[in-house]
Amino acid sequence: MTNQIILTIDGQQVEAEQGAILLDVARENGIDIPTICFHEATTANALCRICVVEVEGQRVLQPSCIVRAGAGMKVQTRSEKVIRARRTILEMLASTMDLSESTEIQHMMYEYGASSSRFPDAQRRESQVKDDNPMYVRDYSKCLLCWRCVQVCAEDAQYTFAINFDGRGFETQIGTFFDKKIPETSCVLCGQCVAVCPTGALKPKREFLLEQGMSAQEISVLNSGRKKRK
Amino acid sequence: MIKPDRIVTTTCPYCGVGCNLQLHVKDEHIFKVTSPFDSPVNHGNLCVKGRFGYDYVYHPKRVTTPMVRRYLLEGNKEIGNQGLGNRKDAPELGRNSLIPNYLITNPSTPWDWVETDWDTALNITAENLVRIYKRDGSDAMAVYACAKATNEDNYLLQKMYRAIFRTNNVDHCTRLCHAGSVVALQQATGSSAMSNTASQVIQNDVFIVTGSNTSENHPIIALQMKEAVRQHGAKMIVIDPRRIELVDFAEMWLPLKPGTNVPVFSAMAQVILKEGLTNPEFIQNRTEGFNDFIESLDKFTPEYAEEISGVPAEDIRKAARMYATAKKAAIYWGMGISQLSHGTASALALINLAFLTGHIGREGTGLNPLRGQNNVQGASDMGCMPFHYPGYMRVDNPDNRTKWEKAWNIEPGGLSLKLGLTTTEILSHAHEGGIRALYIMGENPMMSEPNLNETRKHMEQLEFLVAQDIFMTESAAFADVFLPATPFAEKDGTFSNTDRRVQRVRAAHAPRGQARVDWQIICDVAQRIETKLGVDSAYWKYSHPEEILREMGSVNPDYAGITYERIVKLGLIYPVPTLTHPGTPTLFTESFPRGRGKFHPLDYVPAMESVDDEFPFILTTGRVLEHWHGGSMTRNSSLNEAYPEARVEVHPADAEIHGIRNGDPVTVKSRRGEVVLRVTVTEKTSVGVVFIPFHFVEAAANLLTNDALDPQAKIPEFKACAVQVFPARKKDLGNPNAVVNRGRY
Repeated sequence: MTNQIILTIDGQQVEAEQGAILLDVARENGIDIPTICFHEATTANALCRICVVEVEGQRVLQPSCIVRAGAGMKVQTRSEKVIRARRTILEMLASTMDLSESTEIQHMMYEYGASSSRFPDAQRRESQVKDDNPMYVRDYSKCLLCWRCVQVCAEDAQYTFAINFDGRGFETQIGTFFDKKIPETSCVLCGQCVAVCPTGALKPKREFLLEQGMSAQEISVLNSGRKKRK
Repeated sequence: MIKPDRIVTTTCPYCGVGCNLQLHVKDEHIFKVTSPFDSPVNHGNLCVKGRFGYDYVYHPKRVTTPMVRRYLLEGNKEIGNQGLGNRKDAPELGRNSLIPNYLITNPSTPWDWVETDWDTALNITAENLVRIYKRDGSDAMAVYACAKATNEDNYLLQKMYRAIFRTNNVDHCTRLCHAGSVVALQQATGSSAMSNTASQVIQNDVFIVTGSNTSENHPIIALQMKEAVRQHGAKMIVIDPRRIELVDFAEMWLPLKPGTNVPVFSAMAQVILKEGLTNPEFIQNRTEGFNDFIESLDKFTPEYAEEISGVPAEDIRKAARMYATAKKAAIYWGMGISQLSHGTASALALINLAFLTGHIGREGTGLNPLRGQNNVQGASDMGCMPFHYPGYMRVDNPDNRTKWEKAWNIEPGGLSLKLGLTTTEILSHAHEGGIRALYIMGENPMMSEPNLNETRKHMEQLEFLVAQDIFMTESAAFADVFLPATPFAEKDGTFSNTDRRVQRVRAAHAPRGQARVDWQIICDVAQRIETKLGVDSAYWKYSHPEEILREMGSVNPDYAGITYERIVKLGLIYPVPTLTHPGTPTLFTESFPRGRGKFHPLDYVPAMESVDDEFPFILTTGRVLEHWHGGSMTRNSSLNEAYPEARVEVHPADAEIHGIRNGDPVTVKSRRGEVVLRVTVTEKTSVGVVFIPFHFVEAAANLLTNDALDPQAKIPEFKACAVQVFPARKKDLGNPNAVVNRGRY
């Protein structure tokens, strides 16, 4: 028998299984909590903090993607404090990274009234597009360090461990060991990382080349080996 | 960011896992592949082939116009057999043949390829097949079906040959991959597929992986195996001559010499018996032949097995105990079991283990041959085998014949009761008085048969060869007619994956150029033949592939309850006997199709060829992650950039003795042929064993392999032959500039 409990979310009494994840409980009851780093196929790590909620009796905001539901819990998903936190997170993201292909985050910014020029002097995290393998390109200017790619490369799917966090603090980036080119790492080119990337930082090579203005025909000729790529 | 015009849900065309794909299409081109995360088969995960390997569809070398040899247009029917230019002009495999353009022939000869229209090509095909059939009869006709094509395509192709030409000379590459397993399972259980689904691996407490490099050949099943070990506490035992990637996750690795399966598994059986670890209730209630079997085990002591296989006796004991004492244990196996001249016996040895312990007929247990091709299970189900109609109904049983005669509008007694020839036999019978006309849909025997120099001689002997394919393959280069067909992305139908799940295949866009879908080509050829022969029609006027599946399901009870409507989102796992039946993920829960499971006493028969001073290494062949079989898909894809050359794997100890360094060019020579390729020095292979993948035309591993056959299953011995390795010059390499530089294991 499962242990059912009652808690309150946004004034609404809801029933849940003891220990269920708060985000799931909210969504099951039609209450929308935004997420960015959370993905159904990866382990939640509460990195981006966009899913924070206010829990009565807790000093700080709680990330709903990892916090578990308890009996009698009183949760607010849209309190002023929550809205302000989410808006600030979005503004910080917008001031440091390229969100041009993150349509969901763009929608959130609109919804939360976040301004991309809130921190005009912020240093941007910019880097060159890494095009070092035949299957996908990596544009870390668009990376928000959600960690999904690292997780699916590790125990969440592939057990390949080709990529990980590299550097510290502001300098943190996803990288390979000793900065090796992808084909020379343990990477099996499965593209699980591409599949879970929320911002377009990881992209199939073919899609990238099409965006660069090559025609599908030209790309096929390229692949046929007639034109040697370096 | 590209917005797709549409997203098409379909099934992966590569391996037997049957991953669900979403093809993102823009301007009639696929530009991205994703997979739904709620997919029951692959949970959103894909491998490099499934996610990125679709671009062969757009390769400039794809043939999309029907072609015939010039002599056929000039009305000189016999010239293909004469010296004016003929099949013998097909390019040689090997050194200097790096993906040659097989279209290039001498334009001044009657053997030149000429582009033509469909009507002409189809008429010429029908005319010549009829001419030969009328002259030489049913036994001169043969067909290779295709484990890449859909169930519907395959069903129609065997229907054409059985119903019109009245021959059972129908086979496909199942003969080259799991024929040993299929025959063994049929003898012992009466069925011939995985008993459980691959996703049940996470329910195993202990599982054996043997003769399967799962990480490279069924990558998504390997992920589930790793998950079972790392997250569900399962213990994995790897029994394989190669130190495959899964060994990193295994509790034990038993590195046996190629071709010594029977002694190792039989010794495990002896340990289980002697130590009282059997399941007497299961043996009593569900099996037969136990007493004969235990007598046969006497000689298989672990020490005897150690002597033959090189696996320490103590490890054999430990593995046997682990498997026998588990609550739920399963066996997963691949070609390392079946591709031997005693492949049937090897699979029977595994089946004996499951019967002894009762690890079958429950969830999380089972006997699970991992099928190679996306639709090799389906093509076999569709009767593309010389001994069976669809649904594994024996062709020499008159009752079965009557059922299909009714379905195909054939006079009573019209269908042949004579067993047909197998894949390898079809070619070895290609001579005057034997097979004269061969129709090949999608297969590439000039890469995939053993002993290719011999295969070539047989191909040259054919009088008329039809190639229905998407590329001018090494085999199509021998053909008289080329019928341009469609890859998975351009057709509708169904594939049946390794765990018997029948899933939809959907067209992402229209066929390129004048290419046509296979089932329509077959219907058009068949109707033209019937008209020329003046016989009643077996029916070929389908408007949609679903009608074809329904026709087959009306006679084959396994598929009786499968309709396209029922598999819109999720595939159904056959047997599905009725329209409301939910499918059967676990087989044999109550009984075996043959009643009781039959133990088989076994003998150790060594591989046909053993090492000697002249040929001191055992060669074993297989595949790599980035490529597929004969390479007509993957070598015409960006996958080839990821892995552009053939390599022979040599163990560091052997390399040192022979003074070979990593990357050196070497010649590998067997009694049948030789290839030149670079060496990878690696502990992935064991001492005395070298490994070559068979994808690469410039160093075709099958020039070396032995065409010795298993007596029951007729499967060739790809997994063990004797070779020598010696240094070669860089300029002898097929493509000296292509260098693999990969860090993956």
